[in-house]
Amino acid sequence: MGVWFSFWVVVGLILVALIGAGLLNLSVIFGVVFPYLALVVFLVGLIYRVVQWGKTPVPFHIPTTCGQQKSLSWIKYSKLESPATGWEVFLRMFLEVVAFRSLFRNLRTEMGPGFRPVYGSSKWLWLGGIAFHYSFLIVFLRHLRFFTQPPSKLVSIIDSFDGFLQIGHPHLQLTGVVLFFAALYLFLRRLYIPQVRYISLPADYFPLLLIMGIAGSGILMRYFIKTDITKVKELTMGLATFHPKVPEGIGVIFYVHIFLVSVLFAYFPFSKLVHLGGVFLSPTRNLANNSRMKRHINPWDYPVKVHTYEEYEEEFREKMKMAGIPVEKDIEEEETEEKEQEEKE
Amino acid sequence: MYDGGKIITGIVIFLLFALFPIYSNFGKTYKPPKPDLNTPEIQKMEVKKCVEPKEYMRAEHMKLLVDWRDAALREGKRTYINSRGESYFISLQNTCMRCHSDKKKFCDECHKHAGVSPYCWDCHFAK
Repeated sequence: MGVWFSFWVVVGLILVALIGAGLLNLSVIFGVVFPYLALVVFLVGLIYRVVQWGKTPVPFHIPTTCGQQKSLSWIKYSKLESPATGWEVFLRMFLEVVAFRSLFRNLRTEMGPGFRPVYGSSKWLWLGGIAFHYSFLIVFLRHLRFFTQPPSKLVSIIDSFDGFLQIGHPHLQLTGVVLFFAALYLFLRRLYIPQVRYISLPADYFPLLLIMGIAGSGILMRYFIKTDITKVKELTMGLATFHPKVPEGIGVIFYVHIFLVSVLFAYFPFSKLVHLGGVFLSPTRNLANNSRMKRHINPWDYPVKVHTYEEYEEEFREKMKMAGIPVEKDIEEEETEEKEQEEKE
Repeated sequence: MYDGGKIITGIVIFLLFALFPIYSNFGKTYKPPKPDLNTPEIQKMEVKKCVEPKEYMRAEHMKLLVDWRDAALREGKRTYINSRGESYFISLQNTCMRCHSDKKKFCDECHKHAGVSPYCWDCHFAK
């Protein structure tokens, strides 16, 4: 269900761009208005989400650890798996972000003989994730050629190793292909592993299909259905310098590509994709495991208004006695107490 | 905001990356490339036409050049018959660059803008 829904949404988006830019000639909307809108939604949305997370108290100290905690000086502790200082947290976060260490620990569980669960190492998800994220990063940086003039040095450096096999002309850039197939792998994984399929929602399939659409349309545009790249750069540089203009003669494939990218950017802050910012703010990762050294106080602790039983009885004693409810202190007792007090005074 | 200093630093770093195309181009105007076709050889032509139609050349010239290289150097074929049925001698320096003799104003003009460095000139002279 979720798969087909996501699939048809992506097909629908492609059709919208094909009809809008191809038939109705709305190239200004697809080439200028949507990209700007998407950028604004992306930036404002992402910052809003991060600020909201920042405002949320983290009352409990909940780093997930998988190594020896720092305790006595003669017990060796695991600096990365159970960081005790800010610097160790930084190292742990850094490796989490650049190497996906927690994913590397992914296990596969199977029922062994005699109904005993058997655990085995499973690196495929990690490998797929690494291939996907890094190729996406390189493809993303490669696109700086459309936003810098003269094109940034970085672009030619990336080109020189990305296209080093010199297959075809223009040179096949490997990361584009890796991106497509890594996304395809992550997608098929959701379909074919029953447990993963069971927990997959349209929100899981849709971004993968959308990114496959983006990579696919980019590959088509670079190698097969070509369009005038100098005109495309005129458009993108127009966007970057805030002098937007839409040159004639850009193929509709470009509008499909840029529309899918705009959708991705606009969808970003509302979806699981915000893990771009979220990974830095996950309390299970970014807290030091120092609860034995530092006291953590719930930030929303405040003096609570209480009404003790003594106060309650004080208020309702007469009524309680009239109703025959036992009380701890009698009225007479109270009166004698008062008299005693007066006498003392 | 809890840990506001760190979070705001993170947001600023993110914005520095995300808005790079905007602030690095701030105040600049982009001049699209204008490849120059004004060479003596082209001026002499009565009907100015390339090996294949202009649109095809714009999109596919790199493929055509590589096909020519393969034909000439790997198969020993030196004749190309185009879509109009005319035959051309397969040679970058003697056919293409006879008309497009100014590499700087013709080839490099767009290649520089698009950040492309074709390896033609690893072997060929640019004259």
